[in-house]
Amino acid sequence: MIVEELAMPDGHAASVDARGWGWRHAGRSAWAVSGLDLHIEPGERVMLLGASGAGKSTLVHALAGVLGGDDEGDDAGELLVNGRAPTRARGQVGLVLQDPDSQVVLARVGDDVAFGCENLGLPRDEIWRRVSDALDAVGLDLPLQHPTSQLSGGQKQRLALAGVLAMRPGLLLLDEPTANLDPDGVAEVRDAVARVLARRDTTLVVIEHRVDVWWKLVDRVVVLSPEGGVLADGPPDEVLAREGGALAASGVWVPGHPPARPSREHRDGPQLVRADGLSIARTARTVLHSELDFSVAAGACLAITGPNGAGKSTLGLTMAGLLAAFAGRVEASGLAGALGADPFRWRSRELVTRIGSVFQDPEHQFISGTVRGELEVGARAIGLGATETALRVDPLLERLRLGHLAGANPFTLSGGEKRRLSVATVLVTRPRLLVLDEPTFGQDSRTWRELVALLAELLDEGSGVVAVTHDGEFVDALADAELRMGPAGHTIEPRSLTR
Amino acid sequence: MTILTPPAGRQAIYRINPVAKLGAAAILSVALVLSIDWVSASVALAFEGVFFLFAGLGPRRFFLRTSPVWLAAVLGAMTVLLYGRASGESHFHFLLMNVTDGSIELAIATLLRVLAIGLPAVVLFVTVDPTALADGLAQVIRLPSRFVLGALGGMRLVGLFLDDWKSLELARRARGVADRGRIRRFAGQAFALLVLSIRRGSKLATAMEARGFGASNQRSWARESRFGWHEILLILIALVVAGTALATSMATGQWNFVGAT
Repeated sequence: MIVEELAMPDGHAASVDARGWGWRHAGRSAWAVSGLDLHIEPGERVMLLGASGAGKSTLVHALAGVLGGDDEGDDAGELLVNGRAPTRARGQVGLVLQDPDSQVVLARVGDDVAFGCENLGLPRDEIWRRVSDALDAVGLDLPLQHPTSQLSGGQKQRLALAGVLAMRPGLLLLDEPTANLDPDGVAEVRDAVARVLARRDTTLVVIEHRVDVWWKLVDRVVVLSPEGGVLADGPPDEVLAREGGALAASGVWVPGHPPARPSREHRDGPQLVRADGLSIARTARTVLHSELDFSVAAGACLAITGPNGAGKSTLGLTMAGLLAAFAGRVEASGLAGALGADPFRWRSRELVTRIGSVFQDPEHQFISGTVRGELEVGARAIGLGATETALRVDPLLERLRLGHLAGANPFTLSGGEKRRLSVATVLVTRPRLLVLDEPTFGQDSRTWRELVALLAELLDEGSGVVAVTHDGEFVDALADAELRMGPAGHTIEPRSLTR
Repeated sequence: MTILTPPAGRQAIYRINPVAKLGAAAILSVALVLSIDWVSASVALAFEGVFFLFAGLGPRRFFLRTSPVWLAAVLGAMTVLLYGRASGESHFHFLLMNVTDGSIELAIATLLRVLAIGLPAVVLFVTVDPTALADGLAQVIRLPSRFVLGALGGMRLVGLFLDDWKSLELARRARGVADRGRIRRFAGQAFALLVLSIRRGSKLATAMEARGFGASNQRSWARESRFGWHEILLILIALVVAGTALATSMATGQWNFVGAT
């Protein structure tokens, strides 16, 4: 009987009601969401906007019934899906999250999609019928046996969407499902959602900080206020006309409100690093590219672009002296000083004053318990005294808006704060070459603006920058040359960009 | 993420329920750890050698996958040879090392035994698909599905940890702290990996929960885990091999219950 109860809402869009609803995470004094009154009609397509910290994710997790019980936090008021508590409406609500890697449950495509249906206790033949339907709906044309480990980011997100759709939810929740994807992946996922909505009568609530991605798909925009409650609510055009400026200032990417770009003075500086007949490989078995020839000069920004899997990150790590060249040479004579020209042979503390690497995932770089401690690591590694350390660390903390977080644990920061911290950590030792892997990935427009301005300043002061990126706007704003990497084995030439 | 990539092959062994493979390996192990003598082990090994031809592995993969077993067998035998209980004529004596007739016999018995227990266990598990094993444990043995599927989902993350570890290592060099304090750095890196893996794990748990996992209703299974005559046959084969080995050993008077002289 329970099975029938859960499976019942098949085909019917769900409604959402919040009456004075609020949530406070356990151990926090501030409410993540408070005083929320909201009614969403069945079949409405709502984009949820708001400054970071406005509680968008908390609301969506609550609607999915995965916020946890009393030990995870306190709630206030009432939150209902189809008139019932969300935890009792499982199967009626489908949630797709941001990180593609942590949503894949099983090893094969078909099994992964079937997982939700199994949990609903559906009969076997019904499950497999739904699996084919769902894969078809998201346009994932793969054998059921296909290993999930071989999917691209965009495919993984479509797989997660299929897994949710197979449960035939009346409410589809998307929590920044495209934030970790390259532009092709973003389009894949957006189109899949569009196809799904065209086929089925489903209520949609999507969180996204890039408004243009979902713009054409939604018919209502709700802006949450960080102070609690709803700031604005209405048709997209109306809300954006009224709130667009304020939203853009708070970090939302709003069409028609592009972040300011810095002016760059371009000049030809001395060469810092050069690739000479370079072959790159992550492991000895798979050479990704060979015969690469290019150089980076002081005051110049080289953008390394191209599709996922082309070897961009590997090239970045090789140029940064972290991976060995498979063949050919990396020569950093312009940085080496008294050392040999190959940065891979430098010692770790010799490296940090010459080349600063910012990794794609900032968490990989954190080795200290506090934000300030994180910045002091580099200073200590090169033997700076306390006074000099403070002289370098304090301005960076202020410049990157981390001053109020100096005592916080780096792992507890928001995505934008983590990114700013990871950039700040490498600047402490004042390297003349920066190698950045996807520095603007998933960042809000405010962090984007600040990072680009900071990098422009460093470039004008004579630093060199190598940036691995998918971000076309970043390339337009900063790059002097672009190295577009094709699939492995293709010859590639750096292309100069006129500024 | 290769750890969960399902092994594939056409031979019958790939279609046999992993629970039966688990059972067969367990039967052989239990029977063979009961006694340390060369007869039971060599009889079992002789039988197993024939069945390895049907194990779905080419000679190259067979030796590659079982290489740790061979290594362990040789090392174990060497140890017993040099330091094992002395009896009979001594052939070589130096400090604590003493090679005697008795220790030679024990060494051979050890070598054969490690092979007879280790080889079939490895060979049977090389062809096990973890998903099918989880299905079997939950449907055939009826272990709780929360436990089985939680473990299965967690295992998928192991491959990601390997990538994380590599990145953590490079990041420490990039931060200027990779020159000294190798042991402390290793500890720090291990802790960072732990933090990352807990975060990944909790994200996965949320994703699983959002798809109805852990709800109180009855779960169904998209893949049926069958236990038919193929599986029974494999168990029977294991019983026959173990039984013959023990019987031969007793008939020849070599049976030697562990611990007894």
